[in-house]
Amino acid sequence: MMAPFLALLKRDLLLAFRHRGELANPLLFFLVVVTLFPLGVSPEEALLRKIAPGVIWIAALLAALYSLENMFRSDFDDGSLEQMALSPYPLSLLVLAKVTAHWLVSGLPMLLLAPLLGLFLVMPASAMGVLVLTLLIGTPLLSLIGSIGVALTVGLRRGGLLLTLLVLPLYIPVLIFATNAVSAAAAGMPVTGQLYFLAAMLVLALTLVPLATAAALRISLS
Amino acid sequence: MWTFFHKLASPKHFYRISGYLVFWLGAITTILLLAGLYLGLFVAPPDYQQGESYRIMFVHVPSAWMSLFIYVFMAVLSAIYLIWNIKLADVMASSSAALGASFTFLALATGSLWGKPMWGAWWVWDARLTSELILLFLYLGYIALVSAIEDKRTAARAGGVLILVGVVNIPIIHYSVEWWSTLHQGPTVTKFDKPSIHFSMLLPLLLMAAAFQLYYFTVLLIRARAEVVDRERRSAWVQETFSNSASG
Repeated sequence: MMAPFLALLKRDLLLAFRHRGELANPLLFFLVVVTLFPLGVSPEEALLRKIAPGVIWIAALLAALYSLENMFRSDFDDGSLEQMALSPYPLSLLVLAKVTAHWLVSGLPMLLLAPLLGLFLVMPASAMGVLVLTLLIGTPLLSLIGSIGVALTVGLRRGGLLLTLLVLPLYIPVLIFATNAVSAAAAGMPVTGQLYFLAAMLVLALTLVPLATAAALRISLS
Repeated sequence: MWTFFHKLASPKHFYRISGYLVFWLGAITTILLLAGLYLGLFVAPPDYQQGESYRIMFVHVPSAWMSLFIYVFMAVLSAIYLIWNIKLADVMASSSAALGASFTFLALATGSLWGKPMWGAWWVWDARLTSELILLFLYLGYIALVSAIEDKRTAARAGGVLILVGVVNIPIIHYSVEWWSTLHQGPTVTKFDKPSIHFSMLLPLLLMAAAFQLYYFTVLLIRARAEVVDRERRSAWVQETFSNSASG
């Protein structure tokens, strides 16, 4: 079972690195959106510190949403997706490989950029580690949940705006627990509860989402 | 019994049987609605704390109940459609979406009207209000997805998957929002907990709830009938039914 998973993962990563220019787009988006807040709201430190977790997380949600489109698009257009659906391997396993590849090129870099954005928004050092932790648990969740929406809309010519409407309401629990953990850490309170909740949601999503996404892909391919 | 259900699942028989049902359900709905409104607006006493303004409850609470009921009902119908491929289940599910969204909107609007005199604000970020708003988004997402897909069969399946994903998420969303709103600085207005409600107010409330429930089924059947005829427009029984009524 590992062989097809790894083969597809390798292929998707290779494809991503052949288009290196596109890799930076969601990251730049993440950076620019966060930069707008001090300009639009106020550069006052106390206020920035208060809104920092929410701003960074909302920017991460939007950046994830923005990069979701590429998850199945090119494979759908050139017919590889149909070949995957016809292959003897379970489609849910292949979906999981594609989601993993997507997270490695879009979610993981956000983790590395997050501390810098935390600095921009005057986040205390104590919250920085928790911010990265929530992103570590949370961004795979975003890729997973998002994959259902992409799979449902991949057959449509203009699925972008529709995707926002389908996926963002499902992101709300992730946003709540993640931002709450970061705020609590900044206030010097324990955050294990929130992190456990996020981890529980991740486990639930890892088990159920590939099945739903595989079903949605078969529908889009019919 | 089973043969009756099997017959009901065939579009032709559904169309015939639902014709009678619509009439009777509509009649009972009207009676219940009039009775509920009369008892609620004229017979029930004003509330000792809220005066007359509590009467919006008779529309607000049944709407909120319906908004959740319809979503779950749609999920059950979608599961039936995806598992046994009974077309009628999908017709019912897709005809329900606009009704569910309307009830959700009605619950939000009446809640807002009720909130103004009670809490002094049209909108507060309270757990129940926020959950209801997200439920509205879920309905709108379903409607947008189903209407964006040209092919009816694909649209039905995709909508079904989305509704089932939504149903798994509803409790998670609900509890996370509830938890969020207790941790945030909530509205300083004290929420009146479910008070033990007096029978003179409970009776119209239950009548209105029953009326809303039957209203939903009435309109659902009317919409489903139109949808069935539209989908089956090339079949013999539709041609027959409508050519007879046109000439007769």
